[in-house]
Amino acid sequence: MTELPVSTKKKLGLVIDLDICVGCHACVTSCKGWNTENYGAPLSDMDAYGADPSGTFLNRVHSFEVQPATGPAQTIHFPKSCLHCEDAPCVTVCPTGASYKRQEDGIVLVNESACIGCGLCAWACPYGARELDQAAGVMKKCTLCIDRIYNENLPEVDRVPACVRTCPAGARHFGDLGDPDSAVSQLVADRGGMDLMPELGTKPVNKYLPPRPKDRAPAAPLTPIADVQATGIAGWLDRMLEKF
Amino acid sequence: MHPAPSVIVFTVLSGLGFGFLAFLGAGVLAPVGVDAFLVFAVAYGFAVVGLVASTFHLGNPQRAWRAFTQWRTSWLSREGWASVATLLVMAPVALMAIFGATPAAIIGLVGAVLALLTVFCTSMIYAQLKTVPRWNHWMTPALFMAFALTGGAMLAGQARLAVVLCLILALLLIANFAQGDGRFAARGSTMETATGLGRIGKVRLFEPPHTGTNYLMREMIHQVGRKHVQKLRVIAVLFAAVLPALVLLVLPTGVPASVLAVALHLPGAFAARWLFFAEAEHVVGLYYGAR
Amino acid sequence: MSYRQPVVETSPHVSDEVRKTTCYMCACRCGINVHMKNGKVAYIEGNRDHPVNKGVLCAKGSSGIMQVTAPSRLRAPLKRVGPRGSGEFQEISWEEALQTAASWLKPLRATAPEKLAFFTGRDQSQSFTSWWAQAFGTPNYAAHGGFCSVNMAAGGIYTMGGAFWEFGQPDWDHTKLFILFGVAEDHDSNPIKMGIGKIKSRGAKVIGINPIRSGYNAVADDWYGVTPGADGLLILSVIHELLKAGKVDTQYLAQWTNAPCLVNAEEGPEKGLLLRDSDGKLLVIDRATGQPAPFDRKGVRPDLGATWNGHRTVFLHLAEKYLSADYAPEAVAARVGITAARIRGLAAEIARVAFDEAIELSQPWTDFRGERHETMPGRPVSFHAMRGISAHSNGFQTARALHVLQILIGSVETPGGFRFKPPYPKPFDAHPKPHCKVTPGAPLDGPHLGYPTGPEHLALKADGSPARIDKAFSWENPLSAHGLMHMVISNAHAGDPYRIDTLLLYMANMAWNSSMNTRQVIEMLTDTGPDGEYVIPRIIYSDAYSSEMVAYADLILPDTTYLERHDCISLLDRPICEADAAADAIRWPVIEPDRDVRGFQSVLLDLGARLGLPGMVAEDGQPKYKNYGDYIVRHERRPGVGPLAGFRGNGDSVGRGAPNPDQMKRYIDNGGFFMAHVPHEAAYYKPWNAGYQDWAVGMAFYDKPAPYLFSIWSEPMRRFQLAAAGYGSRQPPEHLRARLKMAMDPLPVWYSPFGDAEAEDYPIHALTQRPMAMYHSWGTQNAWLRQIHGRNPLYLPGSIWKEHGFKDGDWARVTSPHGSITVPVALHAGLNENTIWTWNAIGKRKGAWALEPDAPEATRGFLLNHLIHELLPPKGDGLRWANSDPVTGQAAWFDLRVKIERAEPQDQTLPDFPEIKSPVPKAPKNRLWGAEK
Ligand SMILES: Nc1nc2c(c(=O)[nH]1)N[C@H]1C(S)=C(S)[C@@H](COP(=O)(O)OP(=O)(O)OC[C@H]3O[C@@H](n4cnc5c(=O)[nH]c(N)nc54)[C@H](O)[C@@H]3O)O[C@H]1N2
Ligand SMILES: Nc1nc2c(c(=O)[nH]1)N[C@H]1C(S)=C(S)[C@@H](COP(=O)(O)OP(=O)(O)OC[C@H]3O[C@@H](n4cnc5c(=O)[nH]c(N)nc54)[C@H](O)[C@@H]3O)O[C@H]1N2
Ligand code: SF4
Ligand code: SF4
Ligand code: SF4
Ligand code: SF4
Ligand code: SF4
Ligand SMILES: [Mo]
Repeated sequence: MTELPVSTKKKLGLVIDLDICVGCHACVTSCKGWNTENYGAPLSDMDAYGADPSGTFLNRVHSFEVQPATGPAQTIHFPKSCLHCEDAPCVTVCPTGASYKRQEDGIVLVNESACIGCGLCAWACPYGARELDQAAGVMKKCTLCIDRIYNENLPEVDRVPACVRTCPAGARHFGDLGDPDSAVSQLVADRGGMDLMPELGTKPVNKYLPPRPKDRAPAAPLTPIADVQATGIAGWLDRMLEKF
Repeated sequence: MHPAPSVIVFTVLSGLGFGFLAFLGAGVLAPVGVDAFLVFAVAYGFAVVGLVASTFHLGNPQRAWRAFTQWRTSWLSREGWASVATLLVMAPVALMAIFGATPAAIIGLVGAVLALLTVFCTSMIYAQLKTVPRWNHWMTPALFMAFALTGGAMLAGQARLAVVLCLILALLLIANFAQGDGRFAARGSTMETATGLGRIGKVRLFEPPHTGTNYLMREMIHQVGRKHVQKLRVIAVLFAAVLPALVLLVLPTGVPASVLAVALHLPGAFAARWLFFAEAEHVVGLYYGAR
Repeated sequence: MSYRQPVVETSPHVSDEVRKTTCYMCACRCGINVHMKNGKVAYIEGNRDHPVNKGVLCAKGSSGIMQVTAPSRLRAPLKRVGPRGSGEFQEISWEEALQTAASWLKPLRATAPEKLAFFTGRDQSQSFTSWWAQAFGTPNYAAHGGFCSVNMAAGGIYTMGGAFWEFGQPDWDHTKLFILFGVAEDHDSNPIKMGIGKIKSRGAKVIGINPIRSGYNAVADDWYGVTPGADGLLILSVIHELLKAGKVDTQYLAQWTNAPCLVNAEEGPEKGLLLRDSDGKLLVIDRATGQPAPFDRKGVRPDLGATWNGHRTVFLHLAEKYLSADYAPEAVAARVGITAARIRGLAAEIARVAFDEAIELSQPWTDFRGERHETMPGRPVSFHAMRGISAHSNGFQTARALHVLQILIGSVETPGGFRFKPPYPKPFDAHPKPHCKVTPGAPLDGPHLGYPTGPEHLALKADGSPARIDKAFSWENPLSAHGLMHMVISNAHAGDPYRIDTLLLYMANMAWNSSMNTRQVIEMLTDTGPDGEYVIPRIIYSDAYSSEMVAYADLILPDTTYLERHDCISLLDRPICEADAAADAIRWPVIEPDRDVRGFQSVLLDLGARLGLPGMVAEDGQPKYKNYGDYIVRHERRPGVGPLAGFRGNGDSVGRGAPNPDQMKRYIDNGGFFMAHVPHEAAYYKPWNAGYQDWAVGMAFYDKPAPYLFSIWSEPMRRFQLAAAGYGSRQPPEHLRARLKMAMDPLPVWYSPFGDAEAEDYPIHALTQRPMAMYHSWGTQNAWLRQIHGRNPLYLPGSIWKEHGFKDGDWARVTSPHGSITVPVALHAGLNENTIWTWNAIGKRKGAWALEPDAPEATRGFLLNHLIHELLPPKGDGLRWANSDPVTGQAAWFDLRVKIERAEPQDQTLPDFPEIKSPVPKAPKNRLWGAEK
């Protein structure tokens, strides 16, 4: 199982729009909520009310500042969960076969009952997408909400990942990135969706839409209708009410 | 990377144990009876203590047997197989030696090859990781092998060979220290590539995703002071290679010299291995502004 | 070899039942689906049908489960047994608690009801709590609006009959340019995020005007890092540019605003008021006749530029004022912190989108003059603003300036612009006036709060002194429509204007993050007089959690959590309406409390019955209402009008109708809310739209149509100026005359925030922002959220960072005219270069919130509040002026000025307060979900 499938039928994943992510962390806690109740071991919180609280999360939102050559620094909020890589190094390093990539949809999962908690897959992942749960001793990672997206107990509209359903800004999109006609593939094509750390050859399925250009040059100033200094208010008023 | 004691103990001791076993398998020593018992006990002892230590960092050690299943792809799994195979293959060799029989040389040779293979597999667990550029290099297996062989040669009383190996080890260590420092940069992963935001400009972390720590930060983001590193590097080279070599050159060959050499070598090996982890930077640190 | 993989259960059981109610992790009030498993809350998600959030949920809402199970929850009524502030309590029965409270309050009501001061914090039942306070008879009631955002609310009401947030919203579907002033998160948390996402996804532009570039301002296409307190100047400069270029909507101004009204020019008590006819109707000059005509006459064509008998129109006054070179971009650029070119560019972009990209909906409608319009033209520029403007001492006038800007370009209530949410629009003079007449043993003479239209409505005693403990509606802050919660404790402590006996607080952490000058407030709460009695003799407090404030009360009435009680988000109060629909909502006990706690509103009803308050006792002398749930259904404010508008009468009546015993069930079945859609022809132009006005009457918002003109020129303001000039029988004290004249300008003005008086010694502006994932102090008890924000650095701009040679890990000592704090610092490049900031309310007192005393919130976290005083530094005139807006009394949190120096890294932020004893048991170490269930 540790071998990667030669190809997958679909490439399900997320497209995250960095142009509109406001960094609210909603996707973080809705993910935590859903996954604490659902797939596998609950996500624990150690020293929950103490000096050094540390819990397992499958999705985290970083904030960066980017300084362009000219203009002020930009703040960019940056959610990150498993990218369901096509060439997932986390899978091939796993000694137990607990980590695997699904053939039908490309989702990378951990079969927790086989996981020994060695942590090697987390070392192999460049993106920090795996966290070893300190209470259960098993590796946790984004499941792409596999227990939602096909779940017949949920209404059809709700068969999307918890983080996507909750994102107030609509910055998260879910779909088949293997299908060039899917809405997510279209978005990626239109907006120049990008890979994270492409140099590592992991071929992430998840894509990030870059922020649109910011801080445009000021618009050309308006043209006064009259020289108030010269004509006084009266002259200005005539011009002002002319079009009335 | 977090220099976890269990992993340092595991790699150092098992390396030493399997290195020694390789010499024993190769038949450079031919102990018999009680001698054989003691010698094999030392070799097995190091190897097994090391292997047991490796389970300490497992979240679910009771399932460790599952680690044997993925030898096709996983170096950790292969290491499991190789180590068990070595220990099994060397068992008749040891038993025969203890009970005065002459083991067939071929079995010992197979054992020796397996022992070295084990060390190689161990090293590849680290060397395969593109995410840790300092490790992701041929020098990682070279170093692990050099450590195993040097320590093994000392234990095996191969003074002359050990001195040569010490020289190689020292050179490798120095080369790796020097060259390892640049590997992260050479890999080309930066905060800009990690975020894809390099097209806009220079990226820095504004706020981490959480104000406390988490598994990733504990495990993969470890900062060591420059001064500290320099001191430890000197200690590592001195103790692991230079001092034992001097001892072996100065003192007459024999058990006391070997024991003293190994006693000096081990702290050096621990220091080197501590640095191996502590200095290694994982690319995930880029997301936490840790570089 | 074929690929093998485990079989995964992709359709697991989700939950046994879904219960729909309303979130209360903040005041946005989103609809939630509470998934129940084995009788317990398993998972909370957004309700897709809900008008507010349409299915989405924020970080707080999604972790509501951690709030409901927090170890900090109070467990039973508490009686103080140690000294105030020690945290030593004894658990008592409800009977004892209620009897104690009744025995304290009964004599007060009989003799001096004003000796009870009842103030509520994050209250969502103000129509109920104010009704209770009115029945009790005390004038001393208000909620938290005074320290929150009354400038924004009152600025909007007085100018255009509604404001941002719950009063209105941008037209997210049509706007092409959205400009955000001073907003980090706001109450409308999810709708703003949804809106920004929506407009950005379609390529429309967002401009963020804020000293700090984070959150919404981070996704803004253009960021203007304005210097704090200067927005008014920036806006008036934009208005200057627009006027100069003739880029104002003259049609709109002539028809819907008081721009064409005539300003009385005659010296005397009427000067500056608007001319009216004998029916009291505002007069305009009809262009057809050149003669005065009432503004609402059918066919009238008001002349914006008229001068009549020396009286000039508001428009002329406005033009004269803002065309002045004082408002030219060059003149203001330095103070505003934005270059003249960018100010010009901003004006040009607003003009371009408003006029060159105007839109028109083909929707016929009829105006209040009886004229039919075939279309609804729109100016697709929208604005939103909040406390960045509001929380300055020039905030009211700045809010007015912003509203006038919107009005000048004709974007209020037109497609693509700003839209009111029912029950708004509502003219300022249709609101109640403040009441303060106390009669022992009887109710107050009317509602406490309201909108004065002149000095005659001030809440003054016969001797001219303030009638209210917070001095609301006094000459110091005449239009304090929400009261001044931040002054209650210090005034009560000072006995100024008088002493009180009992302070009843609800849901406000006044001993910590919601007070200015925290240390001294703590001292005031614990101060004793010569007789050894506390200066504020009795404090009753209702909280649901072990907050810092709990330690300072004598009697604690522990509340339920939001999933354990009835609540009502009412049209009488602050409802959840959207521009296209009137809506209200409920909460209901989706789980039963597992502790001896009761909903505060039910407790108040019980207490009211024990005190014999009118409306709370039935004819047989028994309590009239079983509990709050019963009240919500049966109470009638006016005949046929109750807390909830939906499913009245037989279940089909909306707005008006007899109480319906099944109403609560109908709400629950409907998902916890009710929605009545605004008819299409009433969707825009609401203040003047006959269709809307009729619909609003049907909904019981008004008793008869109330169309009105927007007040570019504010007559109520002018009346206070006239009083300051000596006209009228009610006269301000001498020392306030000059300030009233300045602050009560009937046209928006900008003046330096009062904090700027200290600018020389304290050159840096210091601000706070709300973190999106935390709700004030109460988010901290949530084990998930506190991992995201467990401590707060002070963010410094590159300029200050470099100037002082700060490095990562450094600390700084920050000093204001009032105090000093020592805190960790971090760099933030996207920041106005004279501004520093931190997240609000992360710092916690040791011992509170069931956290370990070494929790990072208490060792690394800090409050800026220690640097902020409720009074300005002494000016040598013998008076202590309030650190508030002179118009509304809004607390000027963001006027704060500081200086900064480097400090050695420490392991404890300063000031550090002694640990309080926790009134709740120690929290469990780890949260292992499965193990708990
Ligand atoms: N420096 C600085 N200070 C500020 C501000 C700022 O911007 N900067 N902002 C100010 C503003 S605008 C505001 S509104 C205030 C807010 O400050 P507060 O109104 O004090 O808000 P919270 O800290 O949330 O405290 C509310 C209290 O309600 C309690 N509570 C929570 N849920 C319930 C419940 O269900 N029932 C009951 N009975 N109690 C409950 C909480 O435990 C908490 O003790 O802070 C003000 N303080
Ligand atoms: N998540 C969350 N949501 C909340 C709350 C919460 O605690 N947490 N609290 C609720 C409450 S009670 C309130 S009152 C609202 C307040 O909501 P906001 O009005 O968004 O309040 P603040 O977070 O105080 O943000 C004020 C913003 O104004 C900016 N600012 C300060 N001074 C100036 C200035 O002079 N000019 C300009 N242009 N900007 C300035 C600050 O940088 C900051 O971004 O939020 C409500 N919503
Ligand atoms: S993001 Fe990490 S965990 Fe996910 S598939 Fe890629 S390498 Fe594996
Ligand atoms: S932690 Fe679990 S999933 Fe990860 S490599 Fe080890 S056994 Fe495989
Ligand atoms: S897809 Fe599901 S598991 Fe993955 S980050 Fe989103 S909510 Fe979490
Ligand atoms: S929920 Fe959406 S907007 Fe909020 S942090 Fe996540 S991706 Fe960004
Ligand atoms: S914004 Fe968040 S916390 Fe506030 S009511 Fe909505 S979901 Fe709840
Ligand atoms: Mo507020």
